[in-house]
Amino acid sequence: MIGLGTVYVVAGLMFVAFAALSLRARRLGHAVFHALLALSFLAGDRLGDLGNGVLVLGLVAIAGTGLLARKPAPAAAAPAPRGNGLFAAALVIPATALAGTLVFGAFPALVDPRQATLVALAIGALLALGAGYAWLRPRPAAPFVEGLRLIDAIGWAALLPQMLASLGAVFALAGVGDVVGGLAGGAIPQGSLIGAVLAYAIGMALFTMVMGNAFAAFPVMIAAIGVPLLIRVHHGHPAIVAALGMLAGFCGTLLTPMAANFNLVPAALLGLEDRYAVIRQQVATALPLLAVNIALLYGLGFS
Amino acid sequence: MIAAMRGARVGRLLIVYLLFRQITAALGLTSIAGPAQTVRPLLAPMAIAAAEAQAGPAAGDDERIPALAAATDNVGNFFGEDIFIAVGSILLMKGVLAGYGIELMPFELSVWAIPSAVAAFLIHAARLLWLDRRLGRGPGRKGARR
Repeated sequence: MIGLGTVYVVAGLMFVAFAALSLRARRLGHAVFHALLALSFLAGDRLGDLGNGVLVLGLVAIAGTGLLARKPAPAAAAPAPRGNGLFAAALVIPATALAGTLVFGAFPALVDPRQATLVALAIGALLALGAGYAWLRPRPAAPFVEGLRLIDAIGWAALLPQMLASLGAVFALAGVGDVVGGLAGGAIPQGSLIGAVLAYAIGMALFTMVMGNAFAAFPVMIAAIGVPLLIRVHHGHPAIVAALGMLAGFCGTLLTPMAANFNLVPAALLGLEDRYAVIRQQVATALPLLAVNIALLYGLGFS
Repeated sequence: MIAAMRGARVGRLLIVYLLFRQITAALGLTSIAGPAQTVRPLLAPMAIAAAEAQAGPAAGDDERIPALAAATDNVGNFFGEDIFIAVGSILLMKGVLAGYGIELMPFELSVWAIPSAVAAFLIHAARLLWLDRRLGRGPGRKGARR
């Protein structure tokens, strides 16, 4: 049965290629960084919690000491423009992910139904890669060279979502959710659904603003209020509670300088004098949208 | 495609971009646009040029115009991507809820991002239309006030 393990092997092999190419270019920091990622994908389940923790600390050490700061390798000569056909090739990936999610459910013996989407996404990426090879006929290493250039341009920020999600999970395990839940429990009138909805959604937005990313806030707020109050006590629909909670968090992302990659980096790229100029333009969309998300959660989630 | 909008009013230009960003993000193509990919080289200069055409050269010095272009990119990205089933946040939600014994399919989660995506479009587009009305009053009135 094809499951998450197979997908991780594919991703791991890609990072093995990145590590090898970095080594060939004598970029040792990048090589170790990508090798650690490859190890995590290929053997993460055999490393144990301590081993994976050490691996993450190794990644942070490499990123923190600026070994990834050097400029990415220069781009190869720009290929001849292929127009909108390239757009179609890129669409192979989401189209396959969508089709696979719908189809694989019927073949539980072939593909793990719980991971149908990720398996289909990986297949889509491989199909698009194959189509690209067949159509554009690049040198065999070209996709990996360009992929390496792209991920090096993003740098350690490529791992930020995963790191923040893990941080949120660690917070939740450490009982931050219970503390927040306890605090909120004191503020929410007993049995009040609207009180719990407000605490959950506004809490998601505020916690996202503090952490800079909804991924870190979600595990905490779902542990604090989402599961114990909204889903268990008030019988909220789990999918709606989760989805609208996350989107309430995204409203918080629009409001915080902590989300530097979205809010401060663009201001710097555009050369704006006011580094908060982008955030200022987002406030008047984010606040009404937060109110709409709260209304949607309250109106749809508990019928 | 965006370049074909040359000559449009700034609010309309950004509305078309917002829709483009939301739809492509909903298809999982979150990385084809962004501050470095589209906003700085394409969208912000076009927005500034459009504002100047609408309200005079001084409007081109208003930092709020390029900032609004970047903001439009963020709004379109955030409130489009969750409609795609294999985006990080959907997978995170699925994983966290599985930890509580609640098994969900990505579709169940992503479908509930659609109402918010529509709301995000309506709210942000209304602001952009309002901007066109404000700038459309003609040269000399914009800039200092808010």
